[in-house]
Amino acid sequence: MEHHQSKSFPISHVIGFVVSLLLTFAAAGIALYTNLSFKVIMWIIGSLAVVQAGMQLFMFMHLREGEDGKTNLVNMIYAVFMVIVIVVGSIWVLTSGHAAH
Amino acid sequence: MGIKWDEFFITGDPLILGSQIAILLTMIGAVAGITYLKKWNYLWTEWLTTVDHKKIGIMYIISAVLMFFRGGMDGLLMKAQTARPEMEFLNSQHYNEIFTTHGVIMILFMAMPFLIGLMNVVIPLQIGARDVAFPQLNALSFWLFFSGAMLFNISFVIGGSPDAGWTSYFPLAGKEFSPGIGNNFYAVALQIAGIGTLMTGINFIVTILKMRTKGMTLMKMPMFTWTTFVTSILIVAAFPIFTVALALMTFDRLYGTHFFTVSGGGMDMLWANLFWLWGHPEVYIVALPAFGIFSEVIATFSRKSLFGYKSMVFSILGIALLSMVVWVHHFYTMGSGPAVNSFFSITTMAIAIPTGVKMFNWLFTMRKGRIKITSAMLWALAFVPCFVIGGVTGVMLAMGAADYQYHNTLFLVAHFHYVLIPGVVFAVFAGLYYWWPKMFGFMLNERLGKWHFWLFVIGFNVTFMPMFFLGLNGAVRRAYTYSAESGFAPLFMLSAIGSIVLAAGFAVFCYNIYWSIRYADRNISSDPWDARTLEWSTASPVQFYNFAKLPEVKSLDPFWHMKKKNEGLTLYDSEIEEIHMPSNSWLPIYMGVIFGIAGFLLVFEWHIGSAVAAIGIFAGLIIRSFDYNEGFHVKKDEIHRIENAWRKTEGEVHDHVS
Repeated sequence: MEHHQSKSFPISHVIGFVVSLLLTFAAAGIALYTNLSFKVIMWIIGSLAVVQAGMQLFMFMHLREGEDGKTNLVNMIYAVFMVIVIVVGSIWVLTSGHAAH
Repeated sequence: MGIKWDEFFITGDPLILGSQIAILLTMIGAVAGITYLKKWNYLWTEWLTTVDHKKIGIMYIISAVLMFFRGGMDGLLMKAQTARPEMEFLNSQHYNEIFTTHGVIMILFMAMPFLIGLMNVVIPLQIGARDVAFPQLNALSFWLFFSGAMLFNISFVIGGSPDAGWTSYFPLAGKEFSPGIGNNFYAVALQIAGIGTLMTGINFIVTILKMRTKGMTLMKMPMFTWTTFVTSILIVAAFPIFTVALALMTFDRLYGTHFFTVSGGGMDMLWANLFWLWGHPEVYIVALPAFGIFSEVIATFSRKSLFGYKSMVFSILGIALLSMVVWVHHFYTMGSGPAVNSFFSITTMAIAIPTGVKMFNWLFTMRKGRIKITSAMLWALAFVPCFVIGGVTGVMLAMGAADYQYHNTLFLVAHFHYVLIPGVVFAVFAGLYYWWPKMFGFMLNERLGKWHFWLFVIGFNVTFMPMFFLGLNGAVRRAYTYSAESGFAPLFMLSAIGSIVLAAGFAVFCYNIYWSIRYADRNISSDPWDARTLEWSTASPVQFYNFAKLPEVKSLDPFWHMKKKNEGLTLYDSEIEEIHMPSNSWLPIYMGVIFGIAGFLLVFEWHIGSAVAAIGIFAGLIIRSFDYNEGFHVKKDEIHRIENAWRKTEGEVHDHVS
C-alpha cells in the first residue's frame, strides 16, 4: 500500500482520538450529571455525536486524501442513505400505528 | 452465576444421548485416524494454517456440507414429528429447539459458507488474481465462522439448544421467558460467526475493486464476480446491524439491561426491527451470489454469452438497493400504521421487477443456444420454475392486508423454502458440479449427479408444495402437533414422504463425492466444460499461485475469446517471472480457538474465565500487529516445472480451439 506518511508520528490520529474521548465523556456527563430536560439532553448528545462523526471522517477516514474523490463521494452518499434507512426508518416504523401504544 | 455442572450435559433424551455417543466416537475416530496415518503435520501445514483462497474455500464447502447434514437431520425430525396427528416422537420443547437450530444452521452455517466457499475458490480466479486482497484475514474469517458454527452446534448436547426460533424474538428470547442458557448460544455464537462474515465482505470488496487483471473493467467482470461484489457491499451494510442487535441481546440476557425487555421499559419490537433490518438483506446476500452461479452455468452450457449483461448488472444493483427498504414485510402484523405497511408492500412488490428481468435474461440466454444438459445445467433449469413459484407467492405475501391471513402459517414456510432451496441450494449444487473439476482435477459422476438431481428436486416439491395448502387451510408454523380433526394429516404425511425422497437425494450426493474421489477419471483437461471465464484458463486443480502469467482481458467471456482467437493460451519461458505469495499463519486458527473458548465461557455466564480468555484475543491482535512476514517468492524453475506438468498433457486447452 501507499507509504506517503507512514514513518511520521500519527499526530492527527492522536488528536482525533483524544477529541473523540472528550466528546464522548461530555455526552455521558451531560446525560448523567445534569438536570436538563430529557428532550434537551437528547438534542445535545445527538449534536455531539454528529460533530464527532464529522470530525472522525477527517481525522481517521482520510476524506481529503487520495486521488479518488468520486469514490469517496459515492461512499458518503451511500452511508447517508444507510443511516437514514436504519435510524429514520426504525423510528418511523416503531412509532406509527398500534406499535407505539 | 457460574457453570451449573449438573446441567452441563443434556441428559434424559435417548436421541441426544445417541448423538453424544456418536460425537464422542467420531472425535476419537478422527484423532486416531489422523494419528495412525501420520497426517497431523500435513493437516497443519496444508490446511489448518493455509491462507490460500482455494483451500479456504474448500474448507468452507466441507463445513457447509456437514452443516447441511446437521440442519437436514433437524428438518427430518420435524417432518417425522408432524407426519401423523398427535405424534409423541418429540415433545414440544425438543421441537422448539429443533426448528430453531434448523433455521439458524441452514441460513448461517450452510447457505452462507457454501456460497462464501465457492466465492473464495472462484472469484480470484475469475478476475485473474493470485489471491484475495487480504489472505490472512480471509483465513481468520473462515476460522471465526467455524468457531461460531461449532459453538452453536454443541449447544444441543452441552448446555441446551436455543429454542426461541431462528428469529429469537423478544420477549420470548429474553431472560424472563427463556431462563436457560440456550439463547446465550444464539447471541454469542452468531456474534463470532458474524465477525468472520463481515471481514469476508470487506475482503471481497477490496479484492474485486483492486485486484482485477489488466483490461478487466467493471463492465467486463463475469456475472458471478458482479453478484459477489454487490453481496459483499450488502454484507458490510447489513451485518453491523446484526452485530449491534446481538450485542444488545447479550447485554439483556447476561448483564440485566433492558433494551428489549418490556418489563424494564425496553422495546421488544425493536429487536424484530433490527433483526429484519439485517435479516432481509441477508436473504439477498445469499440469493445474489446464487444468481451469479446460475448466470455462469446457463451461459456456459447454452454456449452463448449471457443475454442482457448490462440489464443484469443494473437489476442486481436494483435488488440490492430495494433489499434495504423492505424489512417491515416480516412483521406487518405488528400493527404499524397503514402508511408504513403500504410503503413496505410497494417496495416489496417492486423487488419482483428486477428479479423478473433476470429471469427473462436467463431464458433468453438459453434461447437458440446449443444447450448441454449436464448436472449443473439441470439444477439451473429446475431453478427457473421452482423459484418463480417462490417469487409469486412472495408477491402474495407482500400485500400487507393479505399478509394478516398468511402470517405465521405454513404458507409462509413453504414460500421461503421455495425461494431459498431453488435460489440457494440448487445454486450451490450447480456451482459444485460446475467448479468441482477446477477444485480437484476430476469431475463428479454425471450419472449419480442426475440421480441426485431428480431425487432432490422431486423430494423438494413433494415436501413443500403440500405446505402451501396446509397453510391456506390454517396450519400454523412452529406447532409441534395438530389434532386428527383438523384434517391436516394426509398432506402432512405427503410432506413427510417428500422429505425422505429429498434426503435420499442428499445421500446420493454424498455417495457421489465418495465415488468420484475413488474412481473418477483424473485425465481430464483443465477446461472440461468448454467454459468462458478465466478460472478455466489455468490448471485443474489450480496451482497454488493461480496464474504463471496474469491473463489480459479484452472483452466479456475472455477465455472463450482467447480460445477462439488462439491467443494468450501459451506460456513462453521468457514470460515466467518470480511470483510473490503470502506465507501460512497459525494466527487465524489460534484466534478461532480462543474466540471459541471465550465465547463458550460467556455462554455459561462464567465472566471471569471469559475475560481471561479474551486476553488471548488481544494477545493475538498484538502479535499480528508485530508480524512483519512479507511472504515468499516462488522461483522460476519451480513455476517452469509446475506449468510443464499440466500444459504438456494431451487434449489440453491451449491446443484446443472451439
